[in-house]
Amino acid sequence: MSNFKVLTNGIIKENPTFRLLLGMCPTLAVTTAAINGLGMGLSTTVVLIGSNVVISALRKIIPNSIRIPAFVVIIASFVTIVQMLLQAYVPSLYDALGIYIPLIVVNCIILGRAEAFAFSHSVGASACDGIGMGLGFTLSLTVLGGIREIIGAGTIFGISLFGASYEPALLVIMPAGGFITLGLCIGLINHLTSRHEQKELDQANQELMGIEAKGEAE
Amino acid sequence: MNLLLLLVSGIFVHNFILSRFLGICPFLGVSKQIETAFGMGIAVTFVMGLASAITYVVQYTILVPYGLEYLQTIAFILVIATLVQLVEMVIKKTSPTLYEALGVYLPLITTNCAVLGVALLNIQYGYNFIESVVFGIAGALGFMLAIVLFAGIRERNELSAIPKALDGFPIALITAGLMAIAFLGFSGML
Repeated sequence: MSNFKVLTNGIIKENPTFRLLLGMCPTLAVTTAAINGLGMGLSTTVVLIGSNVVISALRKIIPNSIRIPAFVVIIASFVTIVQMLLQAYVPSLYDALGIYIPLIVVNCIILGRAEAFAFSHSVGASACDGIGMGLGFTLSLTVLGGIREIIGAGTIFGISLFGASYEPALLVIMPAGGFITLGLCIGLINHLTSRHEQKELDQANQELMGIEAKGEAE
Repeated sequence: MNLLLLLVSGIFVHNFILSRFLGICPFLGVSKQIETAFGMGIAVTFVMGLASAITYVVQYTILVPYGLEYLQTIAFILVIATLVQLVEMVIKKTSPTLYEALGVYLPLITTNCAVLGVALLNIQYGYNFIESVVFGIAGALGFMLAIVLFAGIRERNELSAIPKALDGFPIALITAGLMAIAFLGFSGML
């Protein structure tokens, strides 16, 4: 698989949130606003790229039997770095994300990619995988945050959309709304993919029928 | 009285799963049957109680006196990983039956964000030792309550007619959302 394919794979085909269903805690917790989703997604991306590269570079040195503790320490180091950077340069985001920044350590996407990809691929491919998966995660968090912010607060990235007369549906911002919005989003994507697959199947069938008909005519 | 309030708030009002979003992965992963959900709940309660106690000691006897607070995340996750391993070994030695029952779920607890979450929240809220342990156990009991109730509903879901696109994971999330709305009713208690 070429590096470019690895990169795009994580964004759409194997989108960590909507397709692989990984990393649900931050997905639900921070997506009360689009900007928080974007911030969380980018922080996770940085950690993911860093840990993927380091783990891939060390994959011949780390003994197989203690790889999980080794992964965890590497990931925790990158999380600490990101935490300190956010605290120093974007304190408002640091406050908004709160406890969910250190909790990036236990985000299953990162450990999952380390185990499933970085530990068995070259540094370059692992970096691409980290970028792709990270951007896929960022994209889905931003979309989810956007939907919840628009319905629940009537704003997007803090910009008012509907004017003062809009009565925001607070439920969508609350935890319950997080679960329901994500459930509906995944349902919609399932529906679209199954329809797309059905269409491709129909098209293939029709082509096959066409060829057969041609053969018979001849 | 204060401790009782902490307990009630941890179990019902600020339920770890339904209002703080901690521990969603096992909540969705290990909730197909009531029995396994219950086993997971017991294991998590055990680890969260212990983790609250040990991380408290680590924070205030090692990290704070030596000015190493920035190593909190790394230190805590290592403590939890070791603790889970230790608990696994102890249970295996002392009670093979319990080990059989929990077996698969024990290693999974390391990546349960509720455990690391409770350790971080204890420090953030400035709880003392007793409060930390009570908060840890309350959070875990809340986790158990939610996961067992959820498993009960999911067992029923298996038998109902659900639109094809929503089958499986999406309907589980929507169910969890409805449960979260029901739990909102508890917020008037405090």
